[in-house]
Amino acid sequence: MNLTKYLKNRLEPSQGATGLKSTKRKILLMTHVVVGYPSLEANWKMLEAMGESDVDLVELQMPFSEPSADGPLFVKANQEALRNGIRWKDYFDLMQRASGKFDFPVLMMGYFNTAFAMGFENYCANIRKNGGEGFIIPDLPLEEYGDLFELSRKQELDPIMLCTPTNTDERLQKICAQGSGFIYCVARKGVTGKNTDLDQSANNFLQKCRGYTDLPLALGFGLSEPQDLRKLQGKSEIAIVGSALLKTWEAEGETGYRKHLMSLAAARE
Amino acid sequence: MPTQPITPDSSGYYGDYGGMFIPEILRTTFDELIAAFYKAKADPEFWQSYVEVMQNYSCRPTPVTPLENFAKSLGGKFQIFCKREDLNHTGAHKANNVMGQGLLVQRMGKQRVIAETGAGQHGVATATMAAKMGLECTIYMGSVDVERQRPNVFWMEQLGATVISVTEGTATLKDAINAAMRDWAESMETTHYVLGTTCGPHPFPEMVAWFQSIIGQESREQMLKINGKLPDRIYACVGGGSNASGIFLPFLDDNTVELVGVEAGGHGLESGEHAARFYGGTVGVAQGYKTYFFQDDEGQMMHTHSIAAGLDYIGVSPILSHLHDQKRIRFTAATDAAVISATKLLIRTEGIIPALESGHAFAAVVEEVPQIPDGTQVLINLSGRGDKDIFNIAEAIGDEKWQEFLKAKVMNQRN
Ligand SMILES: Cc1ncc(COP(=O)(O)O)c(C=O)c1O
Repeated sequence: MNLTKYLKNRLEPSQGATGLKSTKRKILLMTHVVVGYPSLEANWKMLEAMGESDVDLVELQMPFSEPSADGPLFVKANQEALRNGIRWKDYFDLMQRASGKFDFPVLMMGYFNTAFAMGFENYCANIRKNGGEGFIIPDLPLEEYGDLFELSRKQELDPIMLCTPTNTDERLQKICAQGSGFIYCVARKGVTGKNTDLDQSANNFLQKCRGYTDLPLALGFGLSEPQDLRKLQGKSEIAIVGSALLKTWEAEGETGYRKHLMSLAAARE
Repeated sequence: MPTQPITPDSSGYYGDYGGMFIPEILRTTFDELIAAFYKAKADPEFWQSYVEVMQNYSCRPTPVTPLENFAKSLGGKFQIFCKREDLNHTGAHKANNVMGQGLLVQRMGKQRVIAETGAGQHGVATATMAAKMGLECTIYMGSVDVERQRPNVFWMEQLGATVISVTEGTATLKDAINAAMRDWAESMETTHYVLGTTCGPHPFPEMVAWFQSIIGQESREQMLKINGKLPDRIYACVGGGSNASGIFLPFLDDNTVELVGVEAGGHGLESGEHAARFYGGTVGVAQGYKTYFFQDDEGQMMHTHSIAAGLDYIGVSPILSHLHDQKRIRFTAATDAAVISATKLLIRTEGIIPALESGHAFAAVVEEVPQIPDGTQVLINLSGRGDKDIFNIAEAIGDEKWQEFLKAKVMNQRN
């Protein structure tokens, strides 16, 4: 699949373009699953809910013992998943089931040591074999990719690059130049799981990224409510909701989770 | 000003090890830190101001003490000396690193420092530096270590630091590092992360090794003055690797000097309950750098064990990993039991109470006595003093009077 084309296709055409149906979305929704937390069964229920609400994109996080870019909730999720005995095989089995069953593309998300321990070639081959379309490695700067760029191209995978508001213009340009699929824009400083003010500075940041790439932009870190998605319409192509949904699962279980997810999904139009 | 015989390449690598595996949000902060550090490193006045602070505030140069009784009790025809880092202000070599980074913080104009701590030594040292330099201070410490090292927590708080008990993961040093990194990812504009050892992303290994190399630089001059020659062997304990790097690196180009790093052998290497990364570890990437880690075959970090909290860590300095592969440094391990016994011997024969971390270096010497040739001059880095370990040592020795005392204290508190 060409991820960029898929994403652009799902979006309403920008002004001036013609001939596309009006049911198309004003913003897309990417959601997140920490594989093995609270359990593989619960993960499957989350994925089913995502399938039913026609979520546009899903990242499956491979748990790691040192999740240093995550906030408290995901840290706990990583830790519990490992305690539940999640290994590579469990992870890829779930990826295969999900990519086989649902329409949304899935991405591998996880810390670099997993790719390093697996070997880059196996890493890419495993994602491809199990139906993933790309990967996000939050602790891997572009200088350290080595032949991971080339190997991912060989397997037609998109390495998703991260841009942050503290990057210099020069750096943003460099990152965007390596981008593929879409660009993951981190909305603010800090780690996952805290609310983000979608203020002027977030807008300016998105606009700056826009100047360096034609790829769709995804904004993540701290989005939780339908109104966050509405506010983002026209500013980024994708809204990423991670911790907020997991928090709802913890507080309200499957029913609350579905309701929250549906409300987010509805905020795309 | 010391010249560093080994420096990383422009990407922060020592051979295959090191690098900067950092989240993009911290990139600019690291770029600024690298620039500030290299500027200071090139400035003789900076090193001069560092030496002055260490002289006026931390008893430098620390002496080299001949350990005649200790050597005699081992029955060998060799000489043993030790470098007295225990006489630093706050009782360990950690002072060298924190005062150096503190001066750098002043240059960078930041107002707050954060740090991780395992044994609590680095936490106390950082809190002390912050008090002296007028900086706000937060210390992250695993909840298991908070339990083990209560006296240090008490002092950090008295020194004005906020101590945050980290309950995630194994609730030890590595988890405290993750927590400090998370703080920094949000607070970097006003805050500097005073990493406590020669680990983590570039430039920390190089920077911490540079400040700590004051140990080896002094030792070199002192040994030449005492003996007219360099020592034949140097032993140092290895947690993250800062005291070892500090004493080893200024001798790196002296090929006649054998360098021996001593890791935590815990309950024995066969038991799996230890922290000897060069024995049970494999190369991986975590906490921002590439090195030997104590991890399983899928790259998940494993539980480590040592009687010494300061050695109880999954990773090791990329500088030492490189020198390990180059075979310039030999690594060995000492068990908890051997450490207790060597520590007791040192206390009895020399009236010096070492930290349990440092006790590892002494235990390795005791163990290797049969292989030490006559006439050898051995230098041991006594990285810290053992007062902080009174609870652990007393427990390990099983001192009944101490236990009675603790009970009585608790009763008094309750009344
Ligand atoms: C006295 C003492 N020695 C050694 C260490 C180990 O650290 P490093 O290997 O960085 O010297 C510590 C760490 O807390 C310590 O307190």
